[in-house]
Amino acid sequence: MESLTLSDVEQKYYSELFLSCDVDNTKKVASNGKVLDLFRAAQLSNEVVHQITELCGATRLGHFGRSQFYIALKLIALAQSGLPLRVESLNSVRDLPLPRFVMGKNEQEMRHAVMFADTENQGPYFPRPPGRVQAKKVSAHEMIQPCVPTVDPQPDTTSPVVSPHQSPPTSPHAWRKHKRQASGGNVDRQPSVPGVVWPHFREAQPGPVTGDGMWSAHSPPPVQESWVSFTDTPPSSTLPMHPPSAQVITTVRTVPSAMTTNEIQRQISGYDDPWKITDEQRQYYINQFKTIQADLTGLIPGSAAKEFFTKSKLPILELSHIWELSDFDKDGALTLDEFCAAFHLVVARKNGYDLPEKLPESLMPKLIDLDDSAGVPEPAPEVGFSASPVEVTPNKSPSMPSLNQNWSELNQSNEQWETFSERSSSSQTLTQFDSNIAPADPDTAIVHPVPIRMTPSKIHMQEMELKRTGSDHTHPTSPLMAKPPELSDEAKLAATIKFPGTTVDGYSSSDSFTSDQEPISSAVNRQRSHSGTSPEGLKVVAPPPPPPRPHASHSRSSSLDMNRNFAAVPAGPQQPGVVAFPPAVPPRPLPTQTSVPHGHRSVEGDGLPAHTSTSPHQMPEQPNFADFSQFQAFAVDQPADDGENASDSGQNDVQSEERNATTVNSAKVSTPLAPPPKPVRRRLKSEDELRPDVEDLPQKSNVIATVLATQPSIPRSIGKDKKAIQASIRRNKETNTVLARLNNVIECDHQERISLEVQLEQLRPFSHL
Amino acid sequence: QSLCVHLNYPLYIRSVPTQGELKFHYTVHTSLDVVEEKISGVGKALADQRELYLGLLYPTEDYKVYGYVTNSKVKFVIVVDSSNTSLRDNEIRSMFRKLHNSFTDVMCNPFYNPGDPIQSKAFDSIVSTMMVQAC
Repeated sequence: MESLTLSDVEQKYYSELFLSCDVDNTKKVASNGKVLDLFRAAQLSNEVVHQITELCGATRLGHFGRSQFYIALKLIALAQSGLPLRVESLNSVRDLPLPRFVMGKNEQEMRHAVMFADTENQGPYFPRPPGRVQAKKVSAHEMIQPCVPTVDPQPDTTSPVVSPHQSPPTSPHAWRKHKRQASGGNVDRQPSVPGVVWPHFREAQPGPVTGDGMWSAHSPPPVQESWVSFTDTPPSSTLPMHPPSAQVITTVRTVPSAMTTNEIQRQISGYDDPWKITDEQRQYYINQFKTIQADLTGLIPGSAAKEFFTKSKLPILELSHIWELSDFDKDGALTLDEFCAAFHLVVARKNGYDLPEKLPESLMPKLIDLDDSAGVPEPAPEVGFSASPVEVTPNKSPSMPSLNQNWSELNQSNEQWETFSERSSSSQTLTQFDSNIAPADPDTAIVHPVPIRMTPSKIHMQEMELKRTGSDHTHPTSPLMAKPPELSDEAKLAATIKFPGTTVDGYSSSDSFTSDQEPISSAVNRQRSHSGTSPEGLKVVAPPPPPPRPHASHSRSSSLDMNRNFAAVPAGPQQPGVVAFPPAVPPRPLPTQTSVPHGHRSVEGDGLPAHTSTSPHQMPEQPNFADFSQFQAFAVDQPADDGENASDSGQNDVQSEERNATTVNSAKVSTPLAPPPKPVRRRLKSEDELRPDVEDLPQKSNVIATVLATQPSIPRSIGKDKKAIQASIRRNKETNTVLARLNNVIECDHQERISLEVQLEQLRPFSHL
Repeated sequence: QSLCVHLNYPLYIRSVPTQGELKFHYTVHTSLDVVEEKISGVGKALADQRELYLGLLYPTEDYKVYGYVTNSKVKFVIVVDSSNTSLRDNEIRSMFRKLHNSFTDVMCNPFYNPGDPIQSKAFDSIVSTMMVQAC
């Protein structure tokens, strides 16, 4: 027995209760009758009570010792709080409210509910149960004792649980081939009198004492395994459990007929979730499954299942409904999980629960219980394939055919690229970033109708955008910070460029398949890849040429493009400076010279310069897109740099000198390239003021002098330029996204058009009808 | 607007404007004849996905009847008021496809005997949503 730690309050309360139950005044043992009455006053269902008695070991001992009693009380508290009964939770649950015992009116109500449920089930029952019930009712009134007069809300939760619980026993009865003890010995149970007993099962009434005995023997072990106990309660008529019968387990032996397994009654478990299948229940279901189909990974054909469930005597209509709910993949056969769900639903139904309209979450086949590993592999693919077109809408996201799963890998990898670029924050990652993007060859990506979800990437994009703008505005200082914005910007653009193409493809494939010919306008929104296994889906229709992808090459040429674009970009006062800038950057060997004359950025050197050289690489084809961002990045960086310079002019001088040095020394590597472009960028700014100077002084010393000279003059123009630049950046970004979206829409439309045309072609033979 | 699943006798009928059902029944029955005629006429696969029967327009009320036949000779008939903005052919086809799928699901249910009226709630719900959509 687990040790039980009780708080002081609990200790006191419990001892009080114990004393009150200690009718015989033994100070050691609480009389079973009282105890059980007390427990029932806790407004828990019988099953729970049995469970508790078992768990606390009373069944083992045959009586309630003090410790058992205490444990039982604690379990009651647990149950009343809606927590599952587990022995280990005895000590682990903190702040457990005291167990509540209600008496009087509430009890009556409960009894009423219970009785009502009972009578429902008891129609065809033997007369005995009613009699017992009566007795019970009387006894219910007796017990009062430590009724903590809580008009507690608990009843709300427990009573609904309670009343159905009353009927639970009936369910197994349905299957019960068998009987139970009439009133024998310890196991004082009502004979199983389920109205639902199937006729041919009725026979073996004369209980198998042996069976019971066996079960009794078995019960302690399960208890000690801390399982939720098997409460094999007879049908609602258990209510009138005789006090002395602390024994909880009753065996039910199945008559040799179709089913030969022992039936064990189970609670409709789930204090939290009425549809949850407990372990024991599941085990039971599995056993039943085995009787029909030995292979646990196999399927039960519909006819066999039909026979099986017809035995439960539920109306065909309800069985039909249950089938619909539980046959998740609509294949006309039940897998283990489906079978368990169906069984559970039948059990619930028999106990008075109404059938849900939709399959409850916990019964979904994809939930696999630990017990049966054999059932594990099945549900996963089942879920995957459950994307029947009928349930397209609700199942779109959860059910992805395996085909899509393959694609989703690509999807994820794409997303990874995005996130990767988002997070890159060092110069090293810049190079890696390049290598990642470069392989994103548009052609290969397009070939697969990759159902990439646009939405997440869009979110990513937006995030990146936000990040970028945020970082642009807020982190103008460190080189590292400057870099990520650029990187993310680049990545964003790359993503923008890339995803429209791929997404469109994916989309079109799925769209054409579903033939849910939804309006094209919703196409963009619908970026799901549900059951994309369309015949047309895989068509590798030559998609429109993908948007330009970042190419990791042609730095020079792209820089030339940049030149053009730089010229084209209307970016406020900076424009001239920006335009002038590119010529300086491209030639790698030159940067030492060109960048040098271009003044020196002080703080953020690294990211930007490398960025300048590489980003052109990557977006040669869409100079507008790429360069825009570059522009913006540059533009932003510039004022940022400038601003910073303004603030730390002194340091800037020193740093700029350092930068210059580094620039001169190592101009080739991208990282070192950072400083040069920084100076270059700065140069952009300064060029406004000092263009002539820049042109004329392509020399290091001159540059330094220039920088020093220009620094004082720069701060002035920084303020307004910065704002203008930022505004223009924002505008450009918006335009960018809008254009990207438009692009997507157009792509989608195009794809849809193509698919429709194909369909038309296919249907042409039928047109003459 | 109404929908009917037929096996030469109605297995399932549902109408959105629930009045005038009898008229729908009548319409459906007459349309059945046309469907039969089409089936027998075509030597090819019977599962023509659709039968666009735009010709059935009465002077007083105009509505279109669409038919669809499955391999097992179960016929689906949809009657639509022309007063609605006409549903596109594609939409009708998708409706039929959904119907067919739901119907197969119903069939898969071992507790369902073919030839019984369809009482499946799932089927009902799908039909309802479809009809609401189409309106």
